[in-house]
Amino acid sequence: MPDVVVIGAGVVGAACAYYAARAGLDVTVVERGSVAGGTTGAGEGNVLVSDKEPGPELELALLSNRLWRELDAEVGGFEFEAKGGLVVAETDEVLAALTGLARTQRGVEHTAVSAAGLAAYEPHLTRDLAGGVFYPQDAQVQPMLAAARLLRASGARFLPGTEVTGFLTSGGRITGVRTTRGDIPAGAVVNAAGTWGGEVAALAGVDLPVLPRRGFILVTEPLPEPLILHKVYTAAYVTNVASDSSGLETSAVVEGTPSGTVLIGASRERVGFDRTMSVPVLRRLAEQAVALFPALAERKVIRAYCGFRPYCPDHLPVIGPDPRAPGLHHACGHEGAGIGLAPATGRLVAAAITEARDGLAGLPGRDGLADVDPGPFGPARFAAENA
Amino acid sequence: MNGYDLAVVGGGPAGLAGAAAAARAGLSVVLLDSGARLGGQYFRHPAEGFHAARPGALHHGFGRFLRLAADVTARADVRLNHRVWSVERGADGVVVRCLAGDREERPVTVTARRLLIATGAYDRSLPFPGWDLPGVLTAGGAQALLKGDLVAAGRRIVVAGTGPFLLPVGAGLAAAGADVLGVYEANPLAAIALRARPLPGKVAEAAAYGLALLRHRVPFRGGVAVVAAHGERELTGVTLAQVDANWRPLRTRTVACDTLAVGYGFVPQLDLPVQLGCATGPGADGGPVVTVDAGMRTSVPGVYAAGESTGIGGAELAELEGLIAGRAVAADLGRRVAPAPALPRRRDRLAAFAAALQRAYPVRDGWHSWLRPGTIVCRCEEVPYSRVAEARRLGARDARAIKLLARPGMGWCQGRVCGHAIASLAGEPPAPPRRPIAQPVRLGDLAAPPDSGTEPGQAPPKEIR
Repeated sequence: MPDVVVIGAGVVGAACAYYAARAGLDVTVVERGSVAGGTTGAGEGNVLVSDKEPGPELELALLSNRLWRELDAEVGGFEFEAKGGLVVAETDEVLAALTGLARTQRGVEHTAVSAAGLAAYEPHLTRDLAGGVFYPQDAQVQPMLAAARLLRASGARFLPGTEVTGFLTSGGRITGVRTTRGDIPAGAVVNAAGTWGGEVAALAGVDLPVLPRRGFILVTEPLPEPLILHKVYTAAYVTNVASDSSGLETSAVVEGTPSGTVLIGASRERVGFDRTMSVPVLRRLAEQAVALFPALAERKVIRAYCGFRPYCPDHLPVIGPDPRAPGLHHACGHEGAGIGLAPATGRLVAAAITEARDGLAGLPGRDGLADVDPGPFGPARFAAENA
Repeated sequence: MNGYDLAVVGGGPAGLAGAAAAARAGLSVVLLDSGARLGGQYFRHPAEGFHAARPGALHHGFGRFLRLAADVTARADVRLNHRVWSVERGADGVVVRCLAGDREERPVTVTARRLLIATGAYDRSLPFPGWDLPGVLTAGGAQALLKGDLVAAGRRIVVAGTGPFLLPVGAGLAAAGADVLGVYEANPLAAIALRARPLPGKVAEAAAYGLALLRHRVPFRGGVAVVAAHGERELTGVTLAQVDANWRPLRTRTVACDTLAVGYGFVPQLDLPVQLGCATGPGADGGPVVTVDAGMRTSVPGVYAAGESTGIGGAELAELEGLIAGRAVAADLGRRVAPAPALPRRRDRLAAFAAALQRAYPVRDGWHSWLRPGTIVCRCEEVPYSRVAEARRLGARDARAIKLLARPGMGWCQGRVCGHAIASLAGEPPAPPRRPIAQPVRLGDLAAPPDSGTEPGQAPPKEIR
């Protein structure tokens, strides 16, 4: 019997499997589709600290940023690029807000960049900008490869094409999963089902308000030489991420990839799991990207795709043991930051599982986790709401 | 919404017949085609400047095509060099977005109350060592050169693959003066003959091509496949293999040649129906085709499909389906259309023939054994077979996961060339293609305000939410 069953082989599930296995646990990963088949497969691979406002998510992002660098050395093979992020402001007012935010982001390295200084970072950037802030810690990974490599490096038993249909329970505890390919008893179960995490939680009888927030990405033809050197986005992205609007929001997020393509995001819409292509959304993404990099106007878009970010109403992920269903741990609801936050999430989940098993806190499993208070991510916050 | 009654995408036999039927019934029709001339692949013909003595010598029914094309040109708005990259449903019809022009590309938006998709099919390719060498081309590509440019693709030519299409390609090249070293059909001829027995017309057609090959002393062999192409910078030879019923090589020999025309049947072009959400189902070869009713209506109201997109069936069936679709559009828009109960019956009969013919030429999995670790499977992204195998070891169980991990199908052609092969390697039937942008479009054109691309005299399209 495995110590842990992880539900979902996206990047978060893979990171949970990796760190749980490293903590000495026997791990099985079940996945209804294939590795990285859900939101991980539709992501850009952002590993960002720049877009996090001060608070628990920023602490998680900083830990994760360090862990991604470690993983690149320990595992590798997922196109980790410590390219840095350049956040730009169209007006002096926005620039003031941006530099103000940067000063409050404790632990985040940053450099204020004047309007004249932007060209040194991005030669093709429009001259119509007030300035920006450069964040050297921002990085990028190829998310599908990252998930697949972590999963493989974990040594976990992997069961693709296996859908969870219910939970095994005993005396009020979760003791395993029921799947389309039979029951799997386990010491603990991790819900890493991403945007579908709410559905999985419901099978255990607990309410988890994880909902889809649709995003489109445009992909250009491969360019013969890099046009865009860093991850570049407008300051509006930060406010959009934190927004509670259900309408369409877009902000320019532009970056190159090792395969030569340029990825253009980001849109946010709450339209359920609707995959219908929306030309008006693509048009806005194109407009904003061309406004930022006029040279992109002549480049061709060869494809577009959409994905569904898993968001919670308070925009924080759900990480940790669920007091309403002992034995069940959650690791989902990371919205658009799941790639970036995956390693820290895996560390927290692995620590919580070993502590729950051994009945002790503060063991070596917590090494390096002192900076992160898991409390704000705890599923208990939803239990309190219901009470 | 203003605009046309009917927009037809595709100017081959199906699109022409549909446009003609609808226009004759009094509808305003626009026909969009990506090519420079009407006719599609089947009636591909040289530009006037070629002064071809007998422009129809390579086609059956060329005279009928010319009359049909003249009829459509007179009655409908024909727009050539228009590449459709997106179709969307509007409040009362469809919005069709195109890129128009040859070198100077400009965005054009067309609106219509009804849409007929007649986008045809393209060659199905299989990868094998050396298939990316100059001198290797698809059977359809060789035929297009011959029909459109009156050029034989090479001097010493091997024709290989599977399907009845290999015969006219070999015969056409031989008649054009090329030295056709052989036409090699991978499936055993006895098995084909058995499965094609109920199709007397097709047998007669095949016999005619067989006679033509005989006349030019071109060998026609079954159970033989090209399993490798050789050459440093360009093709200098191929390895022919006697294959078993599953296409695994038994014995091989090498033949010197400068050109290989290779084709494994055709894949329907389904980008636009999938964009609109039209229901698809498995065709005779297991791959997706658009599901239509007796009036060629798809599952999406106001959208019709005719020709190869509803199942590979050839020009005669395509033209008939176009006619049925054009009449159905007219009737659905309240025009008086004389009943013709024989048309659907004839369509069903021809479609059943076509399906049986397709089943007579299956693609067998044994081609997987032709691959070497370094064999390129996706040419756009230069993905070798070893990387596909690695993706599978990393946990990719389906074609989409293989694409996400190893990148086949992510490049310029969007999986049109390698999609069938990757699905086969993943052990699944090919899925309907999800290509929300059907043609590469410049970011500047995509960003243009919605009405800037509308041609003069046309109402600006409404933006659809």
